[in-house]
Amino acid sequence: MARPWRRAADRPAQDDAVLPRTAVELVGVTHSYGDRTVLRDVSVVLAEHRVGVIGSNGSGKSTFARLLNGLVLPTAGRVLVDGLDTAEHLRAVRRRVGFVFQDPDAQIVHPTVAEDVAFGLHNQRVPAAEREQRVAEVLARYGLAGHADHPAHLLSGGQKQLLAIAGVLVMRPARVVFDEPTTLLDLANRRRVARVVEELEQDVLVVTHDLDLLAGFDRVLVVEDGRVVADGAPGETVGWYVARMS
Amino acid sequence: MTLLALYSPRPGALHRTPAGWKLAALAGLSVLLFAVPELPVAATALAVVVLLALAGARLTARQVLAQVRPVWLWLAGLLAFHLVVTDLATGALAVLRLATLVLAAAVVTATSRVAELVAVIEWLLAPLRLVGVRPGRIGLAIAMTLRFIPLVAERAGRIREAQAARGATRPLFLLLVPLLVQVLQLAHTTAEALDARGADDEAPPRPFWRRS
Repeated sequence: MARPWRRAADRPAQDDAVLPRTAVELVGVTHSYGDRTVLRDVSVVLAEHRVGVIGSNGSGKSTFARLLNGLVLPTAGRVLVDGLDTAEHLRAVRRRVGFVFQDPDAQIVHPTVAEDVAFGLHNQRVPAAEREQRVAEVLARYGLAGHADHPAHLLSGGQKQLLAIAGVLVMRPARVVFDEPTTLLDLANRRRVARVVEELEQDVLVVTHDLDLLAGFDRVLVVEDGRVVADGAPGETVGWYVARMS
Repeated sequence: MTLLALYSPRPGALHRTPAGWKLAALAGLSVLLFAVPELPVAATALAVVVLLALAGARLTARQVLAQVRPVWLWLAGLLAFHLVVTDLATGALAVLRLATLVLAAAVVTATSRVAELVAVIEWLLAPLRLVGVRPGRIGLAIAMTLRFIPLVAERAGRIREAQAARGATRPLFLLLVPLLVQVLQLAHTTAEALDARGADDEAPPRPFWRRS
């Protein structure tokens, strides 16, 4: 359709920060919701391919994850993604870091499957032809090609989580943060999501209570009471956490 | 095909027709039906729309009937009202007009993806950029409304079941507060998801009086 007014969405994206992928760095980060402090003076550098974050409910691990793509900004300290401060380069950081939420229903914003996957590309001003091609590719990759025009609310829980993941990965972020991606899923779908995480080329950070998901990870952090209380290889860290919880 | 997700991915001739033309035809049909208050015109229009639904949109007869089913009580009430207040011909005309428009709207939505319809609305609203309105936001709001109505209905159903399982005797009254809490939580997470997926990437347009 010829348009007399050119929408901003039709203009090509300007990636204002094309930087090499290096690391995520938290420097003296504290975060409070009003009077309640949920993270206290956390300093850590994350340069590994796959990092897990575990801890009890309310320990601050979801806030930790949200800091990485600027959904939450630190009350004190700095979060740097490949050298970009989340407080100063929010849009560029969000292009580099995808975020998959626990509840896919909250993340799916369009009525049908293909339209929802295309949403992020539309926001990035990806041209229509390329948008269609990338949507088709990612739907085929996650077994959703046959559901492209189906209403999202009629999908199963596992398919919804795959759709949420597809909607993030189609934007080709350099890193992906998962916030408890398997909590609402049955065993078969938990394994399916675990396989998706395992096969990703991007760096991933997974916040989870599903300790099996962390098999083969490079590093696991334990967050308790707003602090990183253990940090190391999954075998020893997860073992230490399980012993502590027992 | 459900009431809120009408798109039917069967390749019919109307699927290939641009959504803007179909919406324009729907608007033209509405004007015609009310500008020419003749029973034969309304009956012919209904026949044409039924034909388009079956041949152009490739809907089955059952799907065509399903579009009118939710409003048949209203149509019957309207006819009864006219039988009392005016006459049968006026009532039949009113019923034929409404049935035709309901079915025509169903044909448009069955053959157009939501994104296509939203793109037309955004195009129509584009001049509002001059006064600082973001048409994309309005289009997104429409798409999200269609997406979240069934989701909120599903959550309401779950709360009602949980309350019934615990012996609630006035589930409708008790439904409101927990549903409101869940919807607010959902809205909060959805707002975060919109941010995370770059919904805020487009800078708001400057109204013409603030442009140098």
